[in-house]
Amino acid sequence: MKNKLWALILYPLSLFMSADWLDINMPVGVTDISKEVFGLHMTIFFVVVAIGVVVFGILFWSMWKYRRSNNKKPATFTENHTVEMLWTIVPTLILIAMAVPASITLKKIYDHESEEGGIDIQVVGWQWKWQYKYLDEQVGNKPLSFFSNLTTPPDQYEFNRVEKNENYLLEVDEPVVIPVDTPVRFLITSNDVIHSWYMSDFAVKQDAIPGFINVAKTKVNVPGIYRGNCTELCGERHAYMPIVVKAVTQEEYEEWLQSKREIIEQIAYLTEKEWSSDELLATGEEIYETRCAACHQTNGAGIAGFYPALAGSDVVMNNKAKQIEILMEGIRGSQMQSFAEQLNEVEMASVITFTRLAWGNERSGDGEIVIPKDIVEYKETNL
Amino acid sequence: MSAVVENNNHHDDHHGPQKGFMRWLTTTNHKDIGTLYLWFAFAAFLLGGAFAMGIRAELFEPGLQLMDPIRYNQLVTMHGLIMIFGGVMPAFVGLANWLIPLQIGAPDMAMPRMNNLSFWLLPVAFSILLSTAFMEGGMPGFGWTFYAPLSTNYPNIAYFVFAIHIMGASSIMGSINVVVTIMNMRAPGMTLMKMPLFVWSWLITAYLLIAVMPVLAGAVTMLLMDAYFGTSFFDAAGGGDPVLFQHVFWFFGHPEVYIMILPAFGITSHIISTFSRKPLFGHASMVYAMVSIAVLSFVVWAHHMFTVGMPLVAELFFMWATMLIAIPTGVKVFNWCATIFKGSITYETPMLFAIAFVVLFTIGGFSGLMLAITPADFQYHDTYFVVAHFHYVLVPGAVFSIMAAVYYWLPKWTGNMYDERMGKMHFWLSFIGVNITFFPQHFVGLAGMPRRYADYALQFAEWNAVSSVGAFLFGLSQLLFLYIVVKTVFAGKKATPQVWDGADGLEWTVDSPAPYHTFDVPPKVK
Repeated sequence: MKNKLWALILYPLSLFMSADWLDINMPVGVTDISKEVFGLHMTIFFVVVAIGVVVFGILFWSMWKYRRSNNKKPATFTENHTVEMLWTIVPTLILIAMAVPASITLKKIYDHESEEGGIDIQVVGWQWKWQYKYLDEQVGNKPLSFFSNLTTPPDQYEFNRVEKNENYLLEVDEPVVIPVDTPVRFLITSNDVIHSWYMSDFAVKQDAIPGFINVAKTKVNVPGIYRGNCTELCGERHAYMPIVVKAVTQEEYEEWLQSKREIIEQIAYLTEKEWSSDELLATGEEIYETRCAACHQTNGAGIAGFYPALAGSDVVMNNKAKQIEILMEGIRGSQMQSFAEQLNEVEMASVITFTRLAWGNERSGDGEIVIPKDIVEYKETNL
Repeated sequence: MSAVVENNNHHDDHHGPQKGFMRWLTTTNHKDIGTLYLWFAFAAFLLGGAFAMGIRAELFEPGLQLMDPIRYNQLVTMHGLIMIFGGVMPAFVGLANWLIPLQIGAPDMAMPRMNNLSFWLLPVAFSILLSTAFMEGGMPGFGWTFYAPLSTNYPNIAYFVFAIHIMGASSIMGSINVVVTIMNMRAPGMTLMKMPLFVWSWLITAYLLIAVMPVLAGAVTMLLMDAYFGTSFFDAAGGGDPVLFQHVFWFFGHPEVYIMILPAFGITSHIISTFSRKPLFGHASMVYAMVSIAVLSFVVWAHHMFTVGMPLVAELFFMWATMLIAIPTGVKVFNWCATIFKGSITYETPMLFAIAFVVLFTIGGFSGLMLAITPADFQYHDTYFVVAHFHYVLVPGAVFSIMAAVYYWLPKWTGNMYDERMGKMHFWLSFIGVNITFFPQHFVGLAGMPRRYADYALQFAEWNAVSSVGAFLFGLSQLLFLYIVVKTVFAGKKATPQVWDGADGLEWTVDSPAPYHTFDVPPKVK
């Protein structure tokens, strides 16, 4: 009893003590621009606070002083041109004083060209993940490219069964890696609906719009891991496509590029291997959980009106060729996107195999599996 | 203004209202239609509020507890649509119906049958919109701004488009009625510059509505074409332009924002002057300020789109133009303060709401000024800072002014005084609730929490919990408002024609409750 009482008192206190209560302002950030933007923000904040103190001060004082019990006879004046002029001109001057520094900073943000060198990264928004293409880094005949998916498990956000990670909803499988002290141009676009690439620590927010390429330049001064979000409503899982940027030194950046190249070469080798359905099933289920279950659901039942069921679907049970085509090409006009770039041959084959065997599809359908070579063949004949 | 009123109560019984439901269905009386609009708005306010409670309950803590994100997006979208098109706008139209003829000394609105039609279209439109709740695919979930191409691929969008078309038709009819009434039916002697400010604010609002509602109709029509008829207005893959949608939408959307605040300016001016027992300071400059705000509202739309990648000159133009709006808005706030200055002030419920309006609307204006600063807007845009900003100008702004108006004119409408003690209780609960709800949203917004998120990172948990508690407080206190209004309709101390000793204007020269027909013979205004 006594313990419970203490807990009751201490719990709210502990909330007040935690640092998050103080997380109430814009971050200063880690680029020159973000610091300048923070300065602008604080300047205008103090200007409006000062105006507020004066105006509300006069208002509250008048309200108190001229209450009826204190002032029986109201004045009768209705106009005064001098004060009218005054309170038109003075705010105009204040506004000009604020517009000038804001315009200067804006011009700097829009200056994409003055610095030579640096790297170009194409950022593509997808429902609901980000793709990063390093346009200067060729692997084979294509630029180095990967997808960045949320890694927070549904057990944490959907079912609330386990305790939430420190970086709950702000963690991804592959962060975008950039070198510090180097100009980085993000060329931002979208594959489906409008998204927005928001990284508060860089003071960067640019909409990812299909058919447009928006440029956001940044130069990060401090190495570290920075986390951001999608900020344009893009459908169901808008809150589940975070951005993680890892800013590293030039040497670490080179090492990372090298390791990415090696992984891609290794995958090419794996496609040649003979695969059993058990091996495919194991990876397939994992991929299904992270890439497909959001729409088609863990039990394959889909969501009526939005996402078709895979369990009991004729294509999934009996039409292997059609299923491969759908995954490779997507379905135009629907939210089913092409996974040709998102999954490698092994992952693609595994996930298709998984759907063909799971939820009783194996029993009711032809039970045929798909192996990585099928995907390689599809690519050779169709792409 | 002083008025000589003759014979205003003489023939008020020559044809009274029909009985029962048919009275309301077939009525052409501006007072009946005003009442219908106000009750419709109240119902929408409670429904939209219930949706808001759903949103805040889901956001009470991180994780998905009550609904999946599809449902969450539907609640966010419908909350916005219902509050804007079903709550605030019809409430102002209801006030316009009740008050414009009474304030200009006209017997009714100029086009009474059209008036009836423009009200009864609203329940039709909302039935269509809400019917999607019972369909496969459900209600629209793309936000009230329905950005293409997210919206073009959404289920049931045709219902949404049709509903918007009908609401637009209703608004345009209502506005034409207002303009024609004001232009042609003013009592002899009431020149434009002698017109009460609420009438002025509605004259300007009506012109804005006539100008932008067709633009909204164009936007939804293009959307419908893209979704069902194979066009590519907004589809980049077909040569269209998704950004075009936003330009068209916000060309409607920004004047729309002022449509929802200008009548509030009018209401506040009346109430502050009445309870300060002092004529409004700077009547003419108040009018000029409203006209300037209305004109400027057509050239600032792209400040909603600073992050779409416009060229530098466009960003600079829209930043400067947006900052200019602070000047006429400031003039209005200063004039209200000057009206209070040296008054003889009492604080009845309408006055409390009006003063809270001035203070909290100004806070919303401050954050609006911050949002105008484009480089800083790159940080604020689409975060909870924006949510806090527009809720400050819409809830303790527009909604408080509507509540103030209801308390202020309710004795005139019903003939009964409301319960002052309960009115004040309603005010303080609402005032505290609204601030607990929306002030912390500035914090989480600045710290980077995006809007329209069903779920959020742990660092935002505490302030979201606070915000939710405030929202429940604010939501529940509105049931008290409902109780007070219903009680006043049926009982209460009898009101005198003058009602408030400091009130000035033609509406206070007729009996309380206002007879079914007023000003059969126009009063003379000196």
